[in-house]
Amino acid sequence: MATSPKLDSKIPEGVLEQKWTKYRSTMPLINPANKRNLEVIVVGSGLAGASAAATLAELGYSVKVFCFQDSPRRAHSIAAQGGINASKNYQNDGDSIYRLFYETVKGGDYRAREANVHRLSEVSGNIIDQCVAQGVPFAREYGGLLSNRSFGGTQVQRTFYAAGQTGQQLLLGAYSALQRQVGMGKVSLYTRHEMLDIVNIEGKCRGIIARNLISGKLERYFGHAVLLCTGGYGNVFFLSTNAMGSNVTAAWKAHKRGAFFGNPCYTQIHPTCIPVSGEHQSKLTLMSESLRNDGRIWVPKRKEDAEAIRAGKLSPNSLKEDDRDYYLERRYPAFGNLVPRDVASRAAKERCDAGFGVNKTGQAVYLDFSYNMKFKYGKVEATIQGIENPSEKQLEDLGRAVIKEKYGNLFDMYEQITGVNPYQNPMQIYPAVHYTMGGLWVDYNLMTTVPGLYALGEANFSDHGANRLGASALMQGLADGYFVIPYTVGVYLSGEIRTKPIPTTHEAFEKAEQEVKARIEKLFAVNGTKPVDYFHRHLGKVMWEKCGMARNAADLKSAITDIQKIREEFWKDVRVTGKADEFNPELEKAGRVADFLELGELMCIDALHRNESCGGHFREEFQTEEGEAKRDDDNFTYVAAWEMKDVSNWELHKEELKYENIKIAQRSYK
Amino acid sequence: MGGNSEKTINVTLKVWRQRNANEKGKFENYEMKGVSTDMSFLEMFDVLNDRLITEGKDPIAFDHDCREGICGMCSMYINGQPHGPKQGVTTCQLHMRSFSDGDSIIVEPWRSAAFPVIKDLAVNRSAFDRIISAGGFISVNTGNAKDANNILIPKDAADKAFEAAACIGCGACVAACKNGSAMLFVSAKVSQLALLPQGQVEKQDRVLNMVKHMDEEGFGNCTNTGACEAECPKGISLENIARMNREYLGASFTQNK
Repeated sequence: MATSPKLDSKIPEGVLEQKWTKYRSTMPLINPANKRNLEVIVVGSGLAGASAAATLAELGYSVKVFCFQDSPRRAHSIAAQGGINASKNYQNDGDSIYRLFYETVKGGDYRAREANVHRLSEVSGNIIDQCVAQGVPFAREYGGLLSNRSFGGTQVQRTFYAAGQTGQQLLLGAYSALQRQVGMGKVSLYTRHEMLDIVNIEGKCRGIIARNLISGKLERYFGHAVLLCTGGYGNVFFLSTNAMGSNVTAAWKAHKRGAFFGNPCYTQIHPTCIPVSGEHQSKLTLMSESLRNDGRIWVPKRKEDAEAIRAGKLSPNSLKEDDRDYYLERRYPAFGNLVPRDVASRAAKERCDAGFGVNKTGQAVYLDFSYNMKFKYGKVEATIQGIENPSEKQLEDLGRAVIKEKYGNLFDMYEQITGVNPYQNPMQIYPAVHYTMGGLWVDYNLMTTVPGLYALGEANFSDHGANRLGASALMQGLADGYFVIPYTVGVYLSGEIRTKPIPTTHEAFEKAEQEVKARIEKLFAVNGTKPVDYFHRHLGKVMWEKCGMARNAADLKSAITDIQKIREEFWKDVRVTGKADEFNPELEKAGRVADFLELGELMCIDALHRNESCGGHFREEFQTEEGEAKRDDDNFTYVAAWEMKDVSNWELHKEELKYENIKIAQRSYK
Repeated sequence: MGGNSEKTINVTLKVWRQRNANEKGKFENYEMKGVSTDMSFLEMFDVLNDRLITEGKDPIAFDHDCREGICGMCSMYINGQPHGPKQGVTTCQLHMRSFSDGDSIIVEPWRSAAFPVIKDLAVNRSAFDRIISAGGFISVNTGNAKDANNILIPKDAADKAFEAAACIGCGACVAACKNGSAMLFVSAKVSQLALLPQGQVEKQDRVLNMVKHMDEEGFGNCTNTGACEAECPKGISLENIARMNREYLGASFTQNK
């Protein structure tokens, strides 16, 4: 297979280990006086956006930051719980840059670019150094050193964490660096602003159209380069662990203006989320993967027991050890409860589909801490405290204190949402949409197919292949923002030092603004009968049922027709209240759902064309006898980059993936 | 699942409606029938808003985003308490099982001079960002850092710094305070950085600048009523205010500028 001439990945020549260092040392530079005259627009203020904006401002560029929230600190990176990976090998357990690189490529089911992942692994250690210097309060051991824990898909302890609030602490670190630059006048901050289009002039991205969400006014901004750090599109499923406002609009507008969309069907379904409770459900809540360090996942061995539990006639606590099926430990003895997310999610679905689910909908499994509470932590504490022959009750009490310190906030959150005390009863969990590996196609410099337009963090497709390992999203967001884009953006901008700021009265800005205005007017003009959420829920249901954890050709074909119908109905019958020139959350939602209604179709087209199973993309037609994902490396070792031609019409371009340092193999966690 | 005791209740909402910052607002009543007790408080507002839209009325504007208690966006003043009756949770984590059948529930925006209303229940909290810009950081450019384990931090100090850093910047402390003081918010950031060795170099400038800016933004003074601590969804302790006062006094006496 040959790579499309439209996709130049710009991967540097040379041996893998030296590509980044050599490239970094030989790329063109820009002198400080010229940097001041170069303007960079950053859309989104999560880990990727805030770290990029702060670092670019430190280097001397003039930066503008846009976010739809009321403060950059509220971007959804804040909700990441478990941790951030780095190949520091502080635990002396055999970690290395190569091992993190290898495990990330393997975890992604051999569908990521080697060079990008190696670079990510190389800079991972710098991220931890930077965050500690900023005052990020990571968990520590009694000797004052940093603490680590394990995450899925690995057998070393390389995850740094701050209780169950790692994303919050990392984001506040990046946010404080950003606010420092705002205070010095080097970054202009535009909160409650939503980007609604990009502006291209003579083939280069030169700015954006944003809506001031308070006044409703459309505003134009010029930039020599535009960075989209706008996160993932999991909310296409309506129910996901994303924030309510998380959306695809910025990336989608860029897509419609020429940026190719990479691997849209690669969706991560996270295995440990709080199950759906009813029709009113507005979002799903994750229970951190770190819980799988100490929680054991099980369902009853016998169907009768599962039925009795569902009917409320049997308590899980009274079920004997022998009557429980710790199915991950049974199927994957080498990794046990710490298999990668895609594997754990499918295994939960398999048990529930087979009739072993444990809540009233039959769609839940147990995540149980009682064993480790007593026998892992309780015993150690008893020894430390010199208690001889402790009773089981004593062990449980001692262990509970340890569990509380490690995961207290997660347990509290679980109780808040479900009303059930997880210290006394095993948690009930079920997989939910959590992350999207797909995103805008970018080259090694993180530039999209539109010159001058970049995508960072979850918004791009680059590093996780078909499945992301836990604690790697934070790593990638900060790697892109702190340590990659500050270098690579210079490769492009060094050629722009003679470009004077283009006045926003330029006809391209005028035209783009008129088009945005027309779209808003069109939304109001429908004046139908149903609220935006009605269509969003409908779309989400189709996506979850037909393009979710398991997919097949027939379902995907019907999903495409379903989505087209919902889209048609949306444009005939949606009701958007209020006016354009005021604070209007319904209008914001309507615009975002209109974009999801187009994206959903592309996701199904991508899932349908990929006649193999890999990572989070599981096609029922392509599985091994044991029900594991079966790749087709001869025909599908490529990135699918889609170019939008028209409504419902995309052209596929392929970027061949070459593995020169890793031997492709069947992924095994057994 | 979850609430094994799921049931439905009827409640009456009295909600503050205000078109924008300039117009006067007023309360409006909404009858909510058959509300599932497993529903979150904001999900009830989703249901109400869908109803209002279907009836051709203006839905209620309110801030919310992550709906898992961490982004700090949600901000409802419920029955006289920021984030409602339940301790240690944000509005989005409040569930209807905390209410009873027949309850009347008053919902207002954060009320503070420094947080002007944008519309209905949404307010402008950008003053907090500006206070952070005045000094809530450690000045370390990307790339300057040394190996992370070269800085040893006693676990106790790290834990305390973490507890202070858990602040989500929601502004409940300001809304709860009769003086509209932002001392708990500011002191949490000052404490986090004062407790860590990395924060020592700039600690005097930091506390002086942040406090000065806090005053300029129009937040009130602290009279130690402790309402902020009682209403903080993240349990940020008053100790932080004491620590900030110490830092502030120390800096005022010894600073050579």
